[in-house]
Amino acid sequence: MDLRNAPAHTIRDAIRDGSIEARAVVESVLDAIARDESDLHCYLHLAGRDRLLEEADRVDEARRRGDPLPLLAGIPCALKDNIVVKGMPATCGSKMLERFHPPYTATAARRLLDAGALITGKTNMDEFAMGSSTENSAFGATRNPWGRDRVPGGSSGGSAAAVAAGEALFALGSDTGGSIRQPAAFCGVAGLKPTYGAVSRRGLVAFASSFDQIGPIGRSVRDVAMVFDAIAGVDPRDSTSATREGGGTEETLDAGVAGLRVGVAEEFFREGLDAEVARAVRRGIEALRVAGAAVVDISLSSSRFAIPAYYIAADAEASANLARFDGVRYGLRRGASGSLGGMYRATRNDGFGAEVKRRILIGTFALSSGYREAWYERAMKVRSLVAADYAAAFEICDIIAGPATPTTAFRLGEKQNDPLAMYLSDVYTISANLAGLPALVVPCGSDRSGLPVAIQLTGRAFDEATLLGAGAAVERAGLFSGGPRADGGEHHG
Amino acid sequence: MAESPFDIVIGLEVHARLLTESKIFCPCANRFGEEPNSLVCPVCLGMPGVLPVLNHRAVDLAVRAALALDGRIRPVSVFARKNYFYPDLPKGYQISQFDRPFCEGGAVPLPDGSKIELIRIHLEEDAGKLLHPEGDDGHSLVDLNRCGDPLIEIVTAPVITSPEEAYLFLVGLKEILLYAGVSDCNMEEGSLRCDANLSLRPRGETKLGTKTELKNLNSFSAVRAALRWEATRQERTLLDGKKVNHETLLWNAETKEASPMRTKEEAHDYRYFPEPDLPPLVIDPSRIDSIRATLPELPGPKRERFMKEYGVRRYDAEVLTSSAELADYYEKVAARFPDRALAAAFLTGTFLRYLSEDDTAPGLAPVGPGALARLLSLVRDETISLSAAKKVFDVLWKEGGEPAEVVDRLALRQISDEGEVEKLVVSVIDENAPQVEQFLGGKEKVFGFLVGAAMKKSGGRANPSVLGEALRAALEKRRGGRRA
Ligand SMILES: [Zn+2]
Repeated sequence: MDLRNAPAHTIRDAIRDGSIEARAVVESVLDAIARDESDLHCYLHLAGRDRLLEEADRVDEARRRGDPLPLLAGIPCALKDNIVVKGMPATCGSKMLERFHPPYTATAARRLLDAGALITGKTNMDEFAMGSSTENSAFGATRNPWGRDRVPGGSSGGSAAAVAAGEALFALGSDTGGSIRQPAAFCGVAGLKPTYGAVSRRGLVAFASSFDQIGPIGRSVRDVAMVFDAIAGVDPRDSTSATREGGGTEETLDAGVAGLRVGVAEEFFREGLDAEVARAVRRGIEALRVAGAAVVDISLSSSRFAIPAYYIAADAEASANLARFDGVRYGLRRGASGSLGGMYRATRNDGFGAEVKRRILIGTFALSSGYREAWYERAMKVRSLVAADYAAAFEICDIIAGPATPTTAFRLGEKQNDPLAMYLSDVYTISANLAGLPALVVPCGSDRSGLPVAIQLTGRAFDEATLLGAGAAVERAGLFSGGPRADGGEHHG
Repeated sequence: MAESPFDIVIGLEVHARLLTESKIFCPCANRFGEEPNSLVCPVCLGMPGVLPVLNHRAVDLAVRAALALDGRIRPVSVFARKNYFYPDLPKGYQISQFDRPFCEGGAVPLPDGSKIELIRIHLEEDAGKLLHPEGDDGHSLVDLNRCGDPLIEIVTAPVITSPEEAYLFLVGLKEILLYAGVSDCNMEEGSLRCDANLSLRPRGETKLGTKTELKNLNSFSAVRAALRWEATRQERTLLDGKKVNHETLLWNAETKEASPMRTKEEAHDYRYFPEPDLPPLVIDPSRIDSIRATLPELPGPKRERFMKEYGVRRYDAEVLTSSAELADYYEKVAARFPDRALAAAFLTGTFLRYLSEDDTAPGLAPVGPGALARLLSLVRDETISLSAAKKVFDVLWKEGGEPAEVVDRLALRQISDEGEVEKLVVSVIDENAPQVEQFLGGKEKVFGFLVGAAMKKSGGRANPSVLGEALRAALEKRRGGRRA
C-alpha cells in the first residue's frame, strides 16, 4: 500500500484486518513530517515521536491479541490549535496563549481519542481563526504543499496543508466563515463544515459562537464521512449541540445521486470568479448530472449581503468572546505593575495581532449604543434573509453546487495588506455559516499551474449524508488526481 | 422640620441568590464560606472553549420567586451578554437577561395594604469577589467561588415615596422570598443585595428629577439611612439652586455618609446582545402550573387568615407570620390548644425571646409545639399560674421533660382547694393583726398587702382568684362579726 497517498479509511481497514501495522502508518506520517515540516510549517505543536510510536505499538499488540479495535485505531490525525486537548498547548496562533495549557479536552477531540485515533499535534492557524491565509498566525505562515510560495488558505491552513502533505491522515479544523472549506479547496483535500450544532463546540476556542463549527479535513470524501461520523452527535455540555445522534454517513456514501436535484445559482458564476475555477466547477456539476442528478436553477440573491453581514455579526460575537483574554487568569500578562486599566491595555495590545484587533474594534463598534440597530441588528436581519433564500431554494433542490473560492491559492503576502480583498476570498463560503447549513468542498480539477480547484456542495440542515454522497459522486468522476509534488515550490509562474 | 417642597422618588434593584445545589451554568457547588477559588471549574473560570449549560433548578426557583411576587412569566425569554471588563468577571461579560427577561411585572404588598410594583425580574450569574489584602496596596486578590452563582435581579418601578417605604418593601420582599424558599436572603453572606436610586421632584410635578445611585448598602437599615441622608442632601442642593449630578454614591455605614465612587465610573455601554451559547429559555405553562401548585401560602394571605381563623390581633398576626416556620409552629400549638390568644401571647413574648437569645429557629426550638400546648393547658385549667408556666418553660427549654412532671418536680401546682386556701387565710389574718385592723378600719389598700403575704406563704402557688375571694370573705366576716 502506498501509505503516502492512501486515504485514511483504507488504512483504517488495513490496520483492522492486520494487513498493515499501525507502527508503519505512524512511521510514514513521522517521515513526512521529518521531510516537509520545516518548510511547510503545518504544526505549532508536535506530539512526541516516541509516544506516538508507543501508542501505535499498543494498537498492534491489541490486534495481535485479537482484542476488538476501536474504529479509528492507530490513525494519526492533527487538530487545529483552537481545539483544546489536555496535555498539549492550545495557542490559537496567538501570542496571547503562547504558554497556555488547557485543563480539559474538547468533546470532538475526546471522541477521536475514544475511537483510537492518535493525535500527532496541533496545527497552525490564523490567530483566533481570523483570516483566510494562515498568515495571521503569530508563529509564522504555513506554506501550501502544492506550491510553496502559495498560502494554504485559512484559517485552518495548517490542518489542510498537513493532510495534503501526508503529515497527518486527517485533521480537524474549524469553520466560522469558510475556515475549513477554503483551505481544503486550496490544498486539494476534502473538507466538511457540518450543520451548526451537529458537532459539539465544547473545547473549541470561540471566535463567533453562533457560526463556529468543528469539521473534518481528509484525503477523500469517505475519510471526511468517517471522521464526521466519529465526532458528530449530541453533547450535553454544549447547549447549542443538536439533540440527535450524529453519524451514519459513511454507510450511505455510495448510494449514488440518481434523481438528486442539484441547485445552481448563476449569480455565483459572475464577476470575481476566476475563469479556470469556473470551468472546473462546471465540470464537477456536469459530473453529478452524468451520474444521474438533475440540475436546476436557483437564486440566492441575499448572498450579496453575506460578507458585510458576516463581518459585523461574527465580529460582534468575537468582541465578547475575546474579552476573557485580559491578563488576569491565564495567558499573556503585561503591565501588571501599573493600574488595572494599564494592564488590560498592555496585555491586549501586545497579545493580539493586527487582524484580531481590527475584528474586536469592528465588533465592539457594531454593538455600541447608538450603532447597534444600524449594524448588528441589520446584520442579523440579513442573516435571516440568507436563511430564507436557502429555505426557498431547498424547496426545489436537494443540494446546491457552486464554487468554493473565487481563485486558487494566492501567493504568500499577496493580500496581507488588503483586508477587504482577503475577506472576499470567503465570498462563497460565508452564506452556509450565516444559515447554519452543512457544506462540503471536494477537489474537482486544477488550474494551469497545477493548483487545486474545489467544488462546494451545500445541503439541508443535518443532511450531511446526502451532501457527502454527492461529494463522493464528484470524486468518483476522477476530475482531480494525484498528490502535491514532493518537491513543491515550482508554481512560481 | 418644615414640610419639604419635594416628593421623593425611589427605585430599588435587589439581587437574591437562589438556593440551588450548584451554580447556574456549571456543576460547581453554590456555597458560601469555602476556601477561596475552591469551588471553580473551567466553565466558571472562563477558560477558552468552555460553554454554559443552564441549571434548570435555578429556573424553577426563579419561576417560583416570580410567582410568589405575582409576576408574569414570559413563555420564551432570552439570555444576553452584558459586556464589561473587571477582574471578578472571568469571561469579560456576564450572562444575564436584557430585553426579554423571564418575568415582567409583579408586586410586593406593604403592611398598610398598598403595593410596590415591580418592573421585571431576570436571571443572571453572579460575578466573583475582589479581596484587598490588608497593608498591601500593590495588588488585589480574586476569589471566584461565587462566580456563576444563580441570581435573580428584582427591579422596582420608581414608585417608592420614602426611605421608610423602601425599608418596608425590603422587609416584605425578604419575607416572600423566604416563604417561597427560593433564597436564604442572608445579607452578610451576600445572598441578598440591594442598590437604590433616588431623585426629588417639586411636589405635584410628574417628570422625574435627576437621580443618584446608592451602592454598598449592607443592611435594610443601611438602605433606609442612606436614602434619608441622600434625600436631605439632594433637597439642600436643590434649595441652594444647584443641580443634582447623576452619579453613583457609596454608602459608608460607619460615618453614615455617602461619597461619590472613587473610580470614576464612565457611562457604561454594556453592548448587550443575545447569548449565542444558550438557546432561548422556554418555560411552558405546565411547568409554571406545577411550580405554582407547590407554592406555600404567602405571608399576606396567612396574616389575614390568622386574624380570621384564630382571632388574633393584627400585631400578633404580623409577628406570628413574619416567618413561615414560626407561623407553622403557632398553627401546631393552636391545633392542640383552644385558647389562641394565650398561645399567641406566649409565642410572641416568652417563646420569641428564648429563640433570639439562643439564635435558633422555631423548628429547632427545644420545646416543641406539643409540649408547649400541654404546658399552656396547665395554665388554662388553673393547675399552674402563668408565672409558674414561665418557670416550667425555662426548665423545658434547658433540660427538656414533660410539663406536668416538671410542675410536680418544682412543686408549682396551684393551690385551689378551698379548705387549704382557707387555712392559709386564717394564718395570715392571725399573723398580721395590725394590718387586718387597718383594713377593717377602712384602709382598702391593705387588702393587697394581705394577698401578697398569703401568696408568699404559699410559695406563690395559691390560686390568686380563689385566694382573693377567700381572704375577702374572711375579712368581711370579721367586719360583720364586729358590727354584730
Ligand atoms: Zn464551575
